Amino acid sequence: MNTYTIDLSLQPTTFDLWHICLAGTVAVLALTLIIVLIGMVMSLRRKPETITITAEPIVKIVEVEKIVQAPTPEPVVLKESTPDAALQLLGLLQKEARFIDFIEEDIAAYSDADIGIAARVVHEGCSKAIKEHFTLAPVRSEAEGNKITLQQGFDATTVRLTGNIVGKAPFTGSLIHKGWQVTSVRLPKLTQGYNAAILAAAEVEL
Amino acid sequence: MSLFDHIKKPKSPETATTPTTSAFANMGKPAEPIAATEPVKPVPASAPFTPIGWETEKVTATNTPDNATGQHFFVGIDLGTTHCVLSYAVASDDEDAEFSQQVMAIPQLTSLGMVEDKYQLPSFLYQAHEVEIAEGATALPWTHKPAYLVGEVARTLGSKTPIRLVSSAKSWLCHAGVDCKAPILPADAPEEIERVSPFQATTAYLQHIRDAWEYQHPNAPLSEQELVITVPASFDPAARELTVEAARAVGLHQAILLEEPQAAVYSWIEKSHGEWRKQAKCGDVILVIDVGGGTTDLSLIAVTEQNGNLELTRVAIGDHILLGGDNMDLALAYTVKAKLEKDGKRLEPWKIQALTHGCRDAKEKIFTQADVDNIPLVVANRGSSLIGGTLRTELTRAEVNRVLVEGFFPKVAASDRPVTRTRAGLRTAGLPYAQDAGITRHLAAFLAKQQHATEDLKDVNLPEHATFLHPTAVLFNGGVLKADALANRLMEVLNSWLQSEQAPEARLLAGADLDLAVARGAAYYGFVRQGKGVRIKGGTAAAYYVGIESAMPAIPGLPPEIEALCIAPFGMEEGTQKELPDDEFGLVIGEPVRFRFFASNTRREDIVGTRLDYWTDDELSELDEIEITLAEDGRRAGEVVPVHLRAAVTEVGTLELHAVSQKDDGQWKIEFDVRAGE
Repeated sequence: MNTYTIDLSLQPTTFDLWHICLAGTVAVLALTLIIVLIGMVMSLRRKPETITITAEPIVKIVEVEKIVQAPTPEPVVLKESTPDAALQLLGLLQKEARFIDFIEEDIAAYSDADIGIAARVVHEGCSKAIKEHFTLAPVRSEAEGNKITLQQGFDATTVRLTGNIVGKAPFTGSLIHKGWQVTSVRLPKLTQGYNAAILAAAEVEL
Repeated sequence: MSLFDHIKKPKSPETATTPTTSAFANMGKPAEPIAATEPVKPVPASAPFTPIGWETEKVTATNTPDNATGQHFFVGIDLGTTHCVLSYAVASDDEDAEFSQQVMAIPQLTSLGMVEDKYQLPSFLYQAHEVEIAEGATALPWTHKPAYLVGEVARTLGSKTPIRLVSSAKSWLCHAGVDCKAPILPADAPEEIERVSPFQATTAYLQHIRDAWEYQHPNAPLSEQELVITVPASFDPAARELTVEAARAVGLHQAILLEEPQAAVYSWIEKSHGEWRKQAKCGDVILVIDVGGGTTDLSLIAVTEQNGNLELTRVAIGDHILLGGDNMDLALAYTVKAKLEKDGKRLEPWKIQALTHGCRDAKEKIFTQADVDNIPLVVANRGSSLIGGTLRTELTRAEVNRVLVEGFFPKVAASDRPVTRTRAGLRTAGLPYAQDAGITRHLAAFLAKQQHATEDLKDVNLPEHATFLHPTAVLFNGGVLKADALANRLMEVLNSWLQSEQAPEARLLAGADLDLAVARGAAYYGFVRQGKGVRIKGGTAAAYYVGIESAMPAIPGLPPEIEALCIAPFGMEEGTQKELPDDEFGLVIGEPVRFRFFASNTRREDIVGTRLDYWTDDELSELDEIEITLAEDGRRAGEVVPVHLRAAVTEVGTLELHAVSQKDDGQWKIEFDVRAGE
C-alpha cells in the first residue's frame, strides 16, 4: 500500500544532495540566529552611549538657536530706573532744602522779595545736598565761548553738536555749555523696610 | 554630571554682566565708604570717590586689603566732645616704610532708616521713645538694633527733641562733683526718660567705632591693633581712668592715652616728613592752642637738645576750659536774636536753634570770603508753607568781628585775667562752662601761671624781667582756628605781649591739619611708641596731694586744719611708681575711708612726702575725693591695718593709687571715681 507514513526511526543511510542541502540550510539559519542574538546583546550594552548621542544634538540645538538670534536685531531693552533712588534724592532735597515744599507752593500770590527769601533756603539746601551726595565736574574744562575742535570718533554722548552740522570731523565750534557730569554718587544706604515714598514724615509736636 | 556642566558654562558669564546681580554680589562684603551706585561716567583715576576738601585722604576700605590676614594697624581715636574721628595706618615690617595714614569713614545712621559713611561720628546719644522707632529702622550694617542711637541720627533727632539728647558726655567726665557712672544724662530730661551715665555714653561711642572698624576690617579686630585714644591734657586722673575703663568695657584692653595737644604736635611732626627740625630749634617753647567745639586746651612744649638731637618735653598744661566753637555760634545766634527782638519779633526756641545753625555757616562764609560783608540768614517756617512765614535777617561782618573777634579774642594786656564771679547755687546741675569768654584772657593767665615751667631746662632762657612765659612758636589745633581772622587776632595779641617785654615775636608753625590732627597724631603716636620717631617727654602734668588733718589742738568752731601731702610729683613718667613709706595711715577693714584730693600743675619741685600747710587757690586745685575700702579678704572686720600710699603712672597713661600694708604686702586700689557721694 502506498501510504506516506512517517517513520521516525528512519535515519538517512545515504548522503545524497538533498540531505547536504538540508544540513547546509540548518547551519545557515542557526548562524543567522546567533548573529541576531549577539547583535541584540551588543545593542543593549551600547544603550547609555546612545543616550549621550541623542543628548548632544539637543545642546547643539540650543547653540544654533543663539547663533540664529545674533544677526537679527536685538529687541530694544530700555533701562528701567528703580524708583527708590529717585525717591531717596527727593527725600534728601526736601530734608535739606525744603524742595517739595517750595515746588508745591503756589508762588503767584507772593512778591518777588518773599520768593527770594525762600529761594535762599532752597538754593543753600540743594547745594548742600547735591555736594554731599554727588561729585560734579564739567564735561569740558575749556571756558564757555571758546573755540574747540572735536576729532573723529568723539563721544556723542558727552558732547552734543548743534547748529550747522555738515561735513566731516574734525569739527570746530564754540563751546556754548561746558556740560555737567557726575563722577561719583554717594547715596545713603537704606534699611530693610524703609519707605522711600515718604519724602518727609508728618511732624507732630507734643 | 556632564549634562550640568554644559548648562552651567554658558550661564555664568551672562549673569555677571547684568548690573543688578553684580551689585548683589557685593552685598556680603564690607561696604565701600562711599556707596557708588553705578557711576554715570567712568571715574578718572586721579579723582577717586573723594568728598570735597579731603583730597589728601585716601578713601578707606576700598584701599584696604581686608582679606589679608595678620595685618596690623596703628589706630588713633579722637574721642571728641562734639565728634569722634578714627585715623589709621598699616603697620609694616619694613623699617623704611613710609607712615601713610587715612581717616576711616564711619557708617552711621544719618536719619532713621538711612545709613551713610561719614568721617566724623558726632558724639551724641539719643534716648528714643519706643514709638519713635519703626521696626528695623535703626539697623546698621553690623547689627539689627544697636543698643544706643549715636552719631548723626542722634544729633538730628535731638535737635528737635532736646530732652532726649545726650551731648558733651566728655565734659561731664571731667566735671568735679558728679558721679560719672550714675545715670544723669540728659540732665534736663523728665523722670520717665531713661538716663545714661557719661561713662555709658562714652562707651557707646567707642562701641560704635569698634563695630564700624571690625565691619570694615573683619580680619583685624580693633582689640589687636596698636590703639591710642586721646584725652584733653586737662583731664584729671579720674576722667582718664574712666576713658580707659570705657575702652576696656568694649574689649579694647590695650588702648593707651595721649593728650590732645601732644597729638596735634605729633601730627605736625608726621606731616612735615622730617622738616619740623627746620621749623623748630633748640630753646623753642611751643605753645599749643587747641580750640575745639566745646573746650579750649593749652599746652607748652619745650624744644631742647640732647647729644645733638632735638628733644620735645611737654612742660605745662592749662586748666579745663569749657569754651569753644559752639559757644561762638550760640553767641552769634543771640546777637541776631536781640536784633530781631528789637524789631518786635518773638523767637521760639526752635528758631534760635535754626539761627545757630545758620550763624555757623554764615560765620564760615564771612571768614573765608573776604569780599562778603553780610550774609542773609533765613529761618524757614516749620510747616510745609515755605514762602511767607519765613524769617529773614542778616549777619554782617561787623557783627561777626564784634562778637567773635572782640568777644572771644579781645585785645588784652598780658596782666589781664579771666573774670570770675560767684555762681548762683545751681552749679552741679549743669556743666561748669567758662564764665569769661575771652580766650586771650585765659591764655594770659595760663602763661603767667606757668612762668617757671621751663626753669629746669638749661636750653630755654627766660629774661629776668619776664612776667609770663614767652612762647617762641605757636601751633594751632581745632576747627575754630581755621578762621584767619581769629587766628591772626590770637597771634597779634600774643605778639603784643611779647613785644611789651622786648621778646621776639612768636612764629606760627605751618602745616597743621586743624580738623584731623588729633586723630592722625594719635595713630602716629602708636608708630612712635615702636621707637620710630621723636617722642614727647613729659610724664604727669601735675603733682598730686592728699589732704590730711594736721596734728594740732582742735579749735572749737573751726574745721581741723588740712595739710596737703604730696603722693605723686610733677612729671612722673609712664611706668614708674613712687612709694610714700614714712606716712602711715591706720585704716579700718571693711570701712571706706575718704581723702580730699588735690592737684597742682605749677608746683614742680615737690617730692613725694612733701607736706604743705599753706597754699593759694591758684596753686592747688581740689579734685573729687578719693576712697579706699579695705576689703575683708581673710581679715577681721574692724581690724586696723597700717598702710602707706603708693602712686604709679601706668603705661596706659593713667594714675593709680594703692594702699599698701607694710606688714604683709597686702594691696588695695584707691578709687578715683567716687563723686558726689556725700
